[in-house]
This record gives sequence, structure tokens and C-alpha cells, in this order.
Amino acid sequence: MSNAADRSDSRPSPEALLAEAAREGRGRLKIFLGAAPGVGKTYAMLEAAHRLKREGVDVLVGVIETHGRAETEALVVGLEVLPRDRLLYRGHWLEEFDLDAALARRPALVLVDELAHSNLSGARHPKRYQDVEELLGAGIDVYTTLNVQHLESLNDVVAKITRVRVRETLPDDILERADEIELVDITPQDLTKRLREGKVYVEGQAQRAVAHFFQPGNITALRELALRRVAERVDEQMLDYMRQHAIVSPWAAGERLLACVGPDADAVAVVRATRRLADQLHAPWTAVYVEMPGHFRLSQTARDRIAEALRLAEQLDGEAVTLPARDLVEDLLRYAQDRHMTQIVIGRRPTSWLRRVVGRSLVEALLLRSGDIAVHIVPLGAAPRRKLNDFSWPALSWAAYAWTTVYVGGAVLLGHGTERLISLPSPAPYFLTAVVLAAVRHGLLPSIFASLLSFGAYNFFFVDPLYTFTVAEPHEIVSLGLFLLAAILVSGIAARARDQAEDARRRMKIQGALYDFSRKLATTVGLDGLLWACCYQVAATVQGQAVLLLPERDNEKDRGGLRIGNLRIAGAYPPEDDLDPADWTAARWTFANGEPSGHGSATLPTRVWRFEPMKTSRGLVGVVGMRGAEGPAALDPSTARVVAALIDQTAVALERDQLEGEIAEARVLAATEKLRHALLSSISHDLRTPLAAIIGAISSLKLHGDIYDAPARADLIETVEDEALRLNRFVGNLLDMTRLEAGMLAPKRDWVAVNDLLASAAARAKRTLGHRRLTIDAAADLPLLRVDFVLMEQVLFNLIDNAAKYSADGSEVVLAARKAGESLVIEVTDQGRGIPTADLQRVFDKFHRIEAGDRQIAGTGLGLAVCRGIVEAHGGSIRALSPGLAGGGTTIETVLPLEAAPKAHKEPAHQERGA
Amino acid sequence: MSVPSPDKGPIRVLVVDDEPQIRRFLRPSLAAQGYEMIEAASGAEALARAGDSAPQIILLDLGLPDADGVALIRSLREWTETPIVVLSVRNRETDKIAALDAGADDYVEKPFAMGELLARLRAALRHRLRLAGETPVFRSGELTVDLARREVTLAGVAVKLSPKEYDLLRMLVQHAGKVVTQRHLLETVWGPAHVEDTQYLRVYVGQLRQKLGDDATHPALILTEPGVGYRLVSEI
Repeated sequence: MSNAADRSDSRPSPEALLAEAAREGRGRLKIFLGAAPGVGKTYAMLEAAHRLKREGVDVLVGVIETHGRAETEALVVGLEVLPRDRLLYRGHWLEEFDLDAALARRPALVLVDELAHSNLSGARHPKRYQDVEELLGAGIDVYTTLNVQHLESLNDVVAKITRVRVRETLPDDILERADEIELVDITPQDLTKRLREGKVYVEGQAQRAVAHFFQPGNITALRELALRRVAERVDEQMLDYMRQHAIVSPWAAGERLLACVGPDADAVAVVRATRRLADQLHAPWTAVYVEMPGHFRLSQTARDRIAEALRLAEQLDGEAVTLPARDLVEDLLRYAQDRHMTQIVIGRRPTSWLRRVVGRSLVEALLLRSGDIAVHIVPLGAAPRRKLNDFSWPALSWAAYAWTTVYVGGAVLLGHGTERLISLPSPAPYFLTAVVLAAVRHGLLPSIFASLLSFGAYNFFFVDPLYTFTVAEPHEIVSLGLFLLAAILVSGIAARARDQAEDARRRMKIQGALYDFSRKLATTVGLDGLLWACCYQVAATVQGQAVLLLPERDNEKDRGGLRIGNLRIAGAYPPEDDLDPADWTAARWTFANGEPSGHGSATLPTRVWRFEPMKTSRGLVGVVGMRGAEGPAALDPSTARVVAALIDQTAVALERDQLEGEIAEARVLAATEKLRHALLSSISHDLRTPLAAIIGAISSLKLHGDIYDAPARADLIETVEDEALRLNRFVGNLLDMTRLEAGMLAPKRDWVAVNDLLASAAARAKRTLGHRRLTIDAAADLPLLRVDFVLMEQVLFNLIDNAAKYSADGSEVVLAARKAGESLVIEVTDQGRGIPTADLQRVFDKFHRIEAGDRQIAGTGLGLAVCRGIVEAHGGSIRALSPGLAGGGTTIETVLPLEAAPKAHKEPAHQERGA
Repeated sequence: MSVPSPDKGPIRVLVVDDEPQIRRFLRPSLAAQGYEMIEAASGAEALARAGDSAPQIILLDLGLPDADGVALIRSLREWTETPIVVLSVRNRETDKIAALDAGADDYVEKPFAMGELLARLRAALRHRLRLAGETPVFRSGELTVDLARREVTLAGVAVKLSPKEYDLLRMLVQHAGKVVTQRHLLETVWGPAHVEDTQYLRVYVGQLRQKLGDDATHPALILTEPGVGYRLVSEI
């Protein structure tokens, strides 16, 4: 809605500026508006097209209805004409405007005659103005023609003036959205003259009707309508201008209109009248349908009429609301007051004398209680009686009547049976009980039946003369009459109570379904479960099928092109994996335009499927399609509300899912980024330092090898070897880390003697230890470990290497192993600087190295990370203790689980050998 | 140090490696040790050279561009008993074991120090000679193992070994200086049913080290080759 809403507000509106900006990418629409056929709109349009063509504009004639007029045809010559699309319709080839060809051709300007034209069924849109919308959306300018009587809100007025009802209508806002309107006007005299000369063609109208239509009085009235519309439009343009330029608006704000829509055929007339009124008052407006407890008993046609009226309201820029209520007048007024409505628009038709006597009409009730709110009454012409079949009568249930008869029979028997025991003055209570029972259990009709039956039985069995239907005493007539009245009143009240109870039950069911669904959504894990839950719930609600379509991930990027969004079926209930090509088209259209398509909508309405967009604040996330089991889904207001709620909830959940994915992705990205930084700095430092030493030493030897004495040369060579070995260790750790992260470093477990492991690591570390003493402290009888020897040796080597790196030359490094319960503990203790408490955890992170001011120790920042990776892959744990076990320095403690080793068989005979 | 050679000429070594810089630095070092180096940069070339220039030992890089090193060893072993020492990288124990099972004599881990490579080449050559000339008495430091008389002495004192311990030691002695895979040891000493029972091996190696006076935390006689097997040091 909102053009209207904007107008009620005098502040400079950002939305007006936005609307202006949104117009930027769109084509411009110019409408040649006329009061009646034959005023020369097409002619004027073609002349304008020729002018533009001479100016070098790329003009294409999309469709022109010349109706055989020579002068018009002559004007088409010299313009490029788009070939028409040929459609086979009911056995005839018919020609139609070829929208796709026009879109593909992409001219600067397209001429599309007869804006109000209805397309053949099977075309993409039912109406030509929707084709024009799409052309404008694609950035193509459009020139078109329109007669004023085709405007939706003027439809009734025109019909009244001319007594000819125009079927081809289009929403008024197309006029508002037009960038330019040119009024093509001639005097009624000239028009009549043209008509006589046979220059006017009116499609599909009988000659007599045409003659009537073109009476000078009618023409004048239509001319006035056209002139007024253009004048209003000019007015609006001025207001738009003022808004964009923040000029305080001159009108009094604050009017709000409420149109009451009922299940009768005139509902649309009330909607149109409200729209006209709202336009004049520059007021926002709402169409409301008050859903009374009896709603579920309304026939499908009546429900469709309500839905149609509400849809029309939305098309005419109003808001459509369904209001569940118990008291029509009270709830309607409360709603109006809550929303600060200033006027209620309601239709009224002449009431019969009976109604006037029996009770107040709705209008009178409203007037009586409306207070500050003005009630605007739209007189509805010759009123068709509310038809009996507006209600869907409950199916005649023989069982209900049989039961009712039984209740009344019971009352008769009870009456007779108790007569001798207790003497009630009248058997009426027994019969009333039967009536109430019938009303509560079977509804209104059976209870009325029960009333009549009771009346008969009362008379027959209990009123003298007995066993006849005649009545002797006059007072008996009175009591019988009162009985019947009471019985019918009671049945009415009881049946109503029953209706309300049933209604409440139905509503509870709907609420329950929604509640269940939201609970299901909250507990559903994963996208598939969510999609399935949505499809299942929608299918259950429309009692048919549902599909959920999501954009194909790869194509998500190229949105914005003409062929937007390739969808895929992401979920369906019952399972379904394809749709008709036409349904695919409808679904894609919905995804591209964010509007419903298919059955009951403006786009491809002949399809059985209906597609609804899934919108969230961030945009479209997908499309939900639904259909009934046999035909289209029946979407009366209450079902539609449930479906809309389901779709909204799913859309929000989907968005949450997508957002979560994006957040996780962003987090991973940030972590990767951080790691990349660390890696780069580590590589630049740790890779280059040894290389610098190697290159330096080698180039010195190459250049001055002969001047160095032998010890100097040996020293340089030693440096090269040391640094090369360090580089080798760094690369080894880098490779191990990569393998660990790729999950490729699966330990190849084997039985390993702990001493073997310690010895092997110690031997490898000999060189890096330098003059530090390495003490191995391990019992000879430690149990075997089941680990990957090579990987565990790497762990110990890295730990010793690390200990050496951070402790002074000549200090002691202790490598100790002991059994502790079901675990083996290996400790590497140095007497170095120790680790700040804050860093005890982080030393095992990749590329973490304790900052040490200028004294950067050449290390990889990977050694301990590799250790942790390997130890954890073995089901063990590793931690740093500082100060260490020696009272200072650091101890790195590795705990590995012990497995029960199978016993090595003892040799049966211990045969000793000697010299 | 001189190289034992049957015909007193330089020993022809075929170096198979696709990296030219490796071959470039090996050439002068090997020449200085009295080897004559023949080069091959691919598997196909290696087979051709092994056929036409009759090398006495082959140094083979397992990672060749055109051939699987292990398959190459198998096809060489179909017609020649020339000792093969493979070059392999750390963490590829399965490759080393596969190469040894296919018939390679030993392996050297890349990157390697020249001294270590030369020692491996010598051990492999000597082993071949021993197989040819059968020397039943093995000596390493204070340890003497007389295979013919099944006698083990340490500094002249007889060492009492259980039959399995002796069998284990004999296997190592027969391949002295070379690595013996644990699978090979288990299969020959305990039988084919026990090839997975590595815990036997750990226990017996421990016992053997103890009886032969080898310090478990600083072994100098029976060395553990991580993930592959054991090696008996032949010259101390």
C-alpha cells in the first residue's frame, strides 16, 4: 500500500525520494487518455511516435489496433512493427502482443495500444497492463492508450452513467504510476460526427448499446470524469514535487477510511467507492472483512467473493484485513478506534418492511454506536436477495433427525411415566430438554425439527382431548404457543452456542497447527528438516500438495539479469521432483517479482498451482507452491492467513539458517585470515633466517675460501649444516601440520618400547642440544605403548628441541617417563626462562610464539602445535607447566593412555647357551 | 677410507635420481671415496644403465617421475642381485618397508649427510661380499657371534641366550649393518602366523640388549629404525 499512507503525512518523505530513485532504472510510461472510444488516442500516440523516431529514438510498434481505419493504418507505415504472437485458442489462431519478443528486442520505446485489453487465457499475464509493467520493469519506455471508463474505481460510476458495464478494467494506480498523461479530447459534437462517419469502433457491443453509449449527455459525463482524473493527477504530481522538495503540504492530514466487506456480491462496489473517497481525501484506507462465527458455514462462492474484494482492495493500494469477531458491530468499531479510523464506509441496500420491523440493520446499529467515527453509506442498487445458497447447508443427516425423534419420544415416555409419580403441571420441561439436546448435539435444523415435533407430541399426547391434534381449552392454545416460541428460541441459542464452540475448536486447531509448526521449526535440525516441515504443514493446511523452491546456489550471484534465479525443488510434500514447464515459469516469475503467481493471482491464473514468495526483511529467500488434491488450493481468508503465517515463519527460519551459515563462514574466514598472517610472518622469519645464514656462509666461502684458516672454514661449514638441518625440521613440522589438518596423519599404531622411543628421540636431538645435558629418567620395565613410533618420536624430538631452544647452553634437560595408573606420563623439563602463565595454553596454538622483545628466538611456532595434534590423535593430552618440575623453567607433560599389551609367550624351555 | 672391492678397481655406483642438483653434489663426493658414478634420471634410464654398465651398487630415489620405485626394484631383482640402497623421505615408512620387502638392501633418509650415505653403501657392499665369501664369525666391539658354532661371547665371556633370542641375534648378524624389517624378523624367528605380534619383538630386543650390555636409553649395538625395524651396528 503506501502511496496513500505517505500522503497522510506532511513530513518530507524519504520514501518519495526512494520512489523517484526506483523510477530511475524503470522505463517511462506515457498514457494517452481519452473519455471514450474514437477520440483519436491511437492516432495521437502514433503521431508522437513519428516525432520521436525523427529525433532518432528506437521506436517499436508492439501492438496497434487500427480497427481498419485508413488514416490510422497510414500512420503505422514507416514504423517498425513487432510481429504478433500466434496462439491457438479454442481451435482458432488468434494474435496477441508478443511480450517476450518485445523484451528480447529491447527498443527504447514500445507502443502498446489498448492498455485495458485482456489477454487470451494461457498468456503469461491475464491483462495487458501487466505486460506493460514488465516492459517498464525491464527499462523500456512505453506509450499506451486508455479510455477513462476502464479505470477500476470508475467502473460503477461509468456503468451508472452509460448503463453499459465495461468488463475490461485495470487498477487506478497505473494512472498514478504513469510518468506522463496526455488527455486526448474532442467535443461531444465532433465525436458524434465521427461516429456517424463510421470512424469509431467499439468492440463487442451491440449497435443499440453503442448508440446509447454515445449519447451527448454520456459523452459529456465521461469527458468530465477524464478531465477530473487528469486534474487529480496533476494535483498529485504537484504534491509529489512538494514532498520531494520538503515543502510543507497544504492539506489536512489524518483521514483514515475503513471499508466493510461482506460476503455479498456488492463488496467490490464498496471497495471501489472507498478507494475513490480515499483518493479525494488523500487518506490511507483499509478494507476489512469481519469474520463471524458462521464464517465456516459460508459457501465457497461467498468465501471467494470476500477474497476477491480483499484482493481488489490490495490492488487498489488499500490494506486488506480479516478480523475474527464475535460481535460484528462492537468488534468492527473497536478495530476502527484502535486504528484511528475516521470514516467507515459501508454498503446499504433498501431494506424490506419486515426487516425494519424485526430489527435494526447493521447500518443503524453502527450509526447508533459509532461515536466520533463518521459512517459513509454507499447505496447499493437493486439488491439481489441474499441467496439461500450463500450458506452451505450442512448435509442432511438422517441420523440427526432419527436421534431427534428418539429424544422427543423419550420425552413423551418420561412425561407419561412420571405423570403418576410426580404431577408436573406441564410436560414442557421434558420437551425443552429434548430440544436443547438436539440443538447441542445436531445443530439448528434438527433442533427446530425437534421443536415442531415436540409441539405436535405435546398436543397429541398431553392436551385434551388426548390423542388428537385438536385443542379444547383456550388456555392450552396459549401454553402450546408459548411452548413452541420458547422451544425455537432455545434451539436458536443452543445452536449458536454450538456454532461458536465449533468455531473456537476450528480456530484452536489452526492456532494449534501454527504453534506446533513454530515448535517444530525451533527444534528442527538442519535445512532439510525445516523444508520438509514447511511443505508438510502447507500441504496439510490446503489439503493438497506443497513444494518449496529455493534458488540454485551457483546461480545466486547472477541475479539482476532478465532471467533471474534458477530455482530448484528443495522440498515437497507429498514428494515431487518436477513441475510443468508453465508452473516453473510461474514460480520463477514469483521469485523474480516477489508477487504471487498461478491460481487466484494476476499472473498465469489458469494454472492449478499457486506460488507465494517467501519474503524476509532482507529480500526473497524462495517460493512456496501449493495446490489442492483435486484442483487449485481453496484459499479462503482463514486458510490464506494460516498459509501466509507458515510461509513467513519458514522464510524467517530459512533466513536464520542462511545467516548462521554466513556467520560461520565469516568466522572461518577471519580465522583463516589470522592464520595466514601468522604463517606469512613465520615463514618470512623462520624460513629466511636459516637461509640467510646458509647463503651468507656459502658465499663467504666461495669468495674468500682461501684466506680463511682451517678452523674458520670448518666453523662456516658447520653453520651451513646446522642451519640446513633447522630448515629441514621446520619444513618437516610444516608438512606434519598440513597432514594433521588434512586428516592425513592417521597414526599407524604399533607396540613400542618406551625406552626405545626415548632413545630414538634423544639420538635425533643430539645435535640441537649442543652442550646441554640430556638426562633420560625411565625405568627399564615400563609397559609397552601402542602408538605410532615415528609420530611419537617426532613429539619427543620437538619437545627436546623446544627445551634446548629456550634454555641456556650447558643447562640440563630431563626426559622422564613413568607409569601413572592407566596412563604413561612423559615429561620434558628444562631450566630455561619459563612460560608466562597467560601463555601456558596458547603455546600449543599454531604459530604462537612468546614475544620476547628483540630477542626473537628462531623457532617455527609449529613444533608444539604439531605435538598437540599428534598426542590428541593418540587419545592423549599435553600441557605446559611453568615453573617446571625442577623448580624453574618449563615442563611439558604428555599423558598417553596405556593399553593392556598381549603377553609375549614365554618360551617353554629356556635353553641356555654358553661358550 | 678405502672401499672393499673384489677386483681392486673403482666401484661403479649407479645413482638414480631425477633431481640434477642431487646428482651434481654426489659426483665429487663419491669420486673422492673411490667410486665411479653412473647417472640415470628416470626409471627407464635406470633399467638401461643397470643392464649396460653393470654397476656394483645402485642408489635409487623412490620418488621418480616416470616409475614407481618399488616396482623398479622388483624388476631389477628379477635378473640382478646388485645391492640396492634407496633414498626416501621421513614419514614414508610404508614406502621404505615396501622397498625392503621388494629386495632393496637398505635405505637412507632424505635429506642425508654424506657420511651416513657412504656408511650405508659400504655396509650393503660388504654384506654382498659376505654372502659370497661366508664369514661365519661376526665381531663388533666386544661382541663375537660364531654362527657355525652357535656361540655368543661378550668380551670373551659366554652369553646365555634363549633359542628365540639367539635366532633374533643371528638374523641381525646375517644382515649386520643393514636394516632388517620387523616383519622379516617376526616371520623368520616366530613364524608366519606371528608377523603382527610386534610386542614379542619389543620384549626380546629389550632382553637381547640387556644381555649384550647395550644401554636401552642409549643403544649402540642394536639400533631401532623407527617404524621399520632394527639394525645391528657392525663396526664400532
